[in-house]
Amino acid sequence: MSDPITILGIETSCDDTAAAVLRDAGQGPEILSNRVAGQAELHAAFGGVVPEIAARAHAERVDLVIEAALEEAGVQLSGIDAIAVTAGPGLIGGVLAGVMAAKAIGFAAAKPVIAVNHLAGHALTPRLTDGLAYPYLVLLVSGGHCQFLRVDGPDSFTRLGGTIDDAPGEAFDKAARLLGLPQPGGPSVERAARNGDPTRFDLPRPLVDRPGLDLSFSGLKTAILRARDGLVTAQGGLREADVADLSASFQQAVADVLTEKSRRALAGQTGLSGFAVAGGVAANNQLRSGLQSVAEEAGVPFVAPPLALCTDNGAMIAYAGLELHRLGRRDGPAFPARPRWPLDAAAVPILGSGKKGAKA
Amino acid sequence: MSAPVAEILLRSEAETAALARRVGAAVRPGDVLLLSGDLGAGKTAFARALIQSLQAEHGAAEEVPSPTYTLVQSYRAGDLEILHADLYRLSDPDEVTELGLEAEGALVLVEWPERAEGLFGPDAVHLHFAMGEGDLRTLTLSGGAAARRLAPVMAA
Repeated sequence: MSDPITILGIETSCDDTAAAVLRDAGQGPEILSNRVAGQAELHAAFGGVVPEIAARAHAERVDLVIEAALEEAGVQLSGIDAIAVTAGPGLIGGVLAGVMAAKAIGFAAAKPVIAVNHLAGHALTPRLTDGLAYPYLVLLVSGGHCQFLRVDGPDSFTRLGGTIDDAPGEAFDKAARLLGLPQPGGPSVERAARNGDPTRFDLPRPLVDRPGLDLSFSGLKTAILRARDGLVTAQGGLREADVADLSASFQQAVADVLTEKSRRALAGQTGLSGFAVAGGVAANNQLRSGLQSVAEEAGVPFVAPPLALCTDNGAMIAYAGLELHRLGRRDGPAFPARPRWPLDAAAVPILGSGKKGAKA
Repeated sequence: MSAPVAEILLRSEAETAALARRVGAAVRPGDVLLLSGDLGAGKTAFARALIQSLQAEHGAAEEVPSPTYTLVQSYRAGDLEILHADLYRLSDPDEVTELGLEAEGALVLVEWPERAEGLFGPDAVHLHFAMGEGDLRTLTLSGGAAARRLAPVMAA
């Protein structure tokens, strides 16, 4: 077994300011602390719109969050082997706040810093939670991202397909906006859908009629808008049952598309140890059960990490850092914050828009 | 808002993209394009087509994801810096200053500009997307000298 190792992970690439301490003493990774600075109360206070521009908010909070994570873990900086930090992709100001904090701590405490790709943090989470062996397939679905990745190692990712426009989390948020449901849209649409009829509205299943693994969710938003406006014109407003039925129909469409594309992705790969979902949209139960069933069809285990490790967090960054540390990765004091940083640099960009799909 | 200088009926997303390419060919460094309209009106699709058409002239176009979560995305097309922002999530217009949209000589595309009313000068070009039946969109161009410069491509 490898030597015991303790990593501090820092994540500031979107709205959340997060830090965690992870230790692997030879029996697998153990999360000693995993702190995320308060998005929920911000949501509540500001009626759903995330209020803070990441740079300032992160800069104000990151030191406190790191301190809290270390304290909860009962670890001092001297007990850390390395600092792993999200160096992109994301909002540049936010990423910079984390990177600067990591570099400063690394300099002061004479610890190596490891630059981690935010998406790698998500994609490696099934190993942190379930010890999934390489290679595996992961569907990364969040507010800002949607892609199928084959994962062959901590720095070996192949993107098999992805969204050509919006990510599903954004589609949920915008559907909620259109239906007058609170933000974030994922939980509120799912709640409203519970009493709804998913067959009442015939919403599109974008790109399902086309080969390949690319996805599109922008058109669903427009379809919801049309259906809503049709009801408002016909009956003067939206009834609670309409909102429930629209929510259920929307959720069904998203789940159908992701499930069908997952089936195809699994069919195109061999030797996989499992199929995992990661990212905040993985919290959706209907989607989870759809993905579970295609994994069963394909005869591979299905892994869905707990929600706290699906949304943005520091533990996933610490874990990715731990794997990279074992590979010998150390980043010098000069590595940049990268607003865009594709996991699979060799992948052909997905350029298409809307119904026309990807253009070569 | 200043008086409209041109209006065009777009029948499909493909027509929106074609117009975006024509606008892209006519913009100059320092232009600020404010894209307004409801959810689903085609603001991001327009911005995506415009950015990719400019990049395609200098080699490979990149992916242009929705900026809703990241607030602002930056791109390069040759020497031109392009910023693509979505202000919907801002709670206070003052927060715009932190996005760095005043970058000198950059082409700036802003969705949901009404979140920061008054922050953009009189030279900003306003493009409003109004949704009609089905895929129909009416795009209205208004603004000052820059808008008048772009007006001819709307008719093409």
